[in-house]
Amino acid sequence: MPSLRRLTLALPLLLAMPALAQPAANGPLLAQACLGCHGPGAAGQDGVPAIAGRPAPELVAQMTQFRANERPGTIMGRIARGYTPEEITAVAAYLAQAR
Amino acid sequence: MTHTTRRALLAAAPALIAAPALAQNQGQARLVVVGGGFGGASAARFARMTYPWLEVTLIEPKTRFVTCPYGNLVLAGKRRLEQISHGYDGLRARGVNVVHDWVAGIDPAARSLRLRGGASLTYDRLILSPGIALRWDALPGYDEAAAEIFPHAWVPGEGAQTTLLRRQIEAMPEGGVVGLAIPDNPFRCPPGPYERISMIAAHLKRHNPRAKILAFDAKNAFSKQGLFQDAWAELYPGMIEWVPASQDGRITRMDPGAREFESEFGTRHKVDVGNVIPPQSAARIAIEAGLTNASGWVPVDPLTFEARQAPSIHVIGDANVAPPMPKSGYVANSTAKQAVASVAALLRGEAPPPAPVYFNTCYSHVGEDYGISVVGVFRPNADGSGFVETPQSGGVSPRGNHPEQRRLEALYADAWYASITRDMFG
Repeated sequence: MPSLRRLTLALPLLLAMPALAQPAANGPLLAQACLGCHGPGAAGQDGVPAIAGRPAPELVAQMTQFRANERPGTIMGRIARGYTPEEITAVAAYLAQAR
Repeated sequence: MTHTTRRALLAAAPALIAAPALAQNQGQARLVVVGGGFGGASAARFARMTYPWLEVTLIEPKTRFVTCPYGNLVLAGKRRLEQISHGYDGLRARGVNVVHDWVAGIDPAARSLRLRGGASLTYDRLILSPGIALRWDALPGYDEAAAEIFPHAWVPGEGAQTTLLRRQIEAMPEGGVVGLAIPDNPFRCPPGPYERISMIAAHLKRHNPRAKILAFDAKNAFSKQGLFQDAWAELYPGMIEWVPASQDGRITRMDPGAREFESEFGTRHKVDVGNVIPPQSAARIAIEAGLTNASGWVPVDPLTFEARQAPSIHVIGDANVAPPMPKSGYVANSTAKQAVASVAALLRGEAPPPAPVYFNTCYSHVGEDYGISVVGVFRPNADGSGFVETPQSGGVSPRGNHPEQRRLEALYADAWYASITRDMFG
């Protein structure tokens, strides 16, 4: 796999976890936006990784890093900056239990 | 209980508070979706999966839906038409009642619609996702007959227009000129014309390297402009000339017999192949139902997508006017889900889901292993009069030398296509 991909796999979770924001109420609806690329059920699609069933703190940490431009990626930084910490927490909570 | 009785009851109870008992305890409520594209198919599927108590009927004339996205790859010979055509069996398997017919008329007061085939049906809520109409009155000399000489290939229908343009490009004399006429905003798929230029160039570079592309634009700027122009200079040097409105790029008359485009200031341009993307409006059904404003598009409530002119009718997809959101497949898919959630809430007598976020990503292929994108994250604005893009977010791929990013974005573009069409038809 390409270097960008290897980097994104190597980075996560070693970094300090941010405190979880209070989740927004509409996590399931917000999470629908992910499915256009991450596949039905967010189970992954042709090189775009599965995000369903991942632990919520891991997803929040990744999105928080994308948001802060601290995690390499193609479009996820631009996306993550469009959501509040409360929305990210809610989407992560929903995806974590969606398998 | 018959549908008629339930409908009469619903109509008789102006407060929708009556709906929950009806909808949940005494049987299903009827959602009718008109149009089986990115908005309508997404809405029908999401409704059946999320709100099983909704009885969903999808009305769509065609038995196969040819997507606009990836049509440009068909022009370049990188996809076949069959690969971008989708049937409705997946939706049927999810319990959607798919009816292949045209809507002849809508009666919002009676909550009913008539089909050309003669049937009529009633609904508790109606979602219209009818797409666009090409404005045949907008460009003198360009009518449906002219489109057989200068294809638009912008409303795929069964795919004949895309196939025609593909054949013309393949048959073009060596060193010939492909002319494009590109409309002013708003129109379906803002980066689409420029992806098309790129994909035609990719074909010509291999098969007709002395050919030229002349792109006449009614605008002075376009989506992902810097990225497209960087790629054109890098991949197709000397092949593409983009002529903005400020340099007389606005084409105002067509002469398909002479194979000429005529500009605003009277310059005539001879082309070997002409691709005319005419100005557009909401599809005819939205106009005939009285839902459009003077611009020809349907203004909508940014929370529920109810038409301002007829609150029981939700209008999603390219037919509505929702700046700064683009008329894109992803926006249609994303807003379809909020519209369906609003339908479900309103039928239960609840408030529509608050604080929605609407999402867009548009990828464009510009060459082999070379993709670029624009991302947008949108919300209703503070006073509910329209939409706003979330500050400090979204935007286009970085300019400069990023071959790995371009390669991955081309890969992710293909994943997007596979993923979103499964979210519509799977």
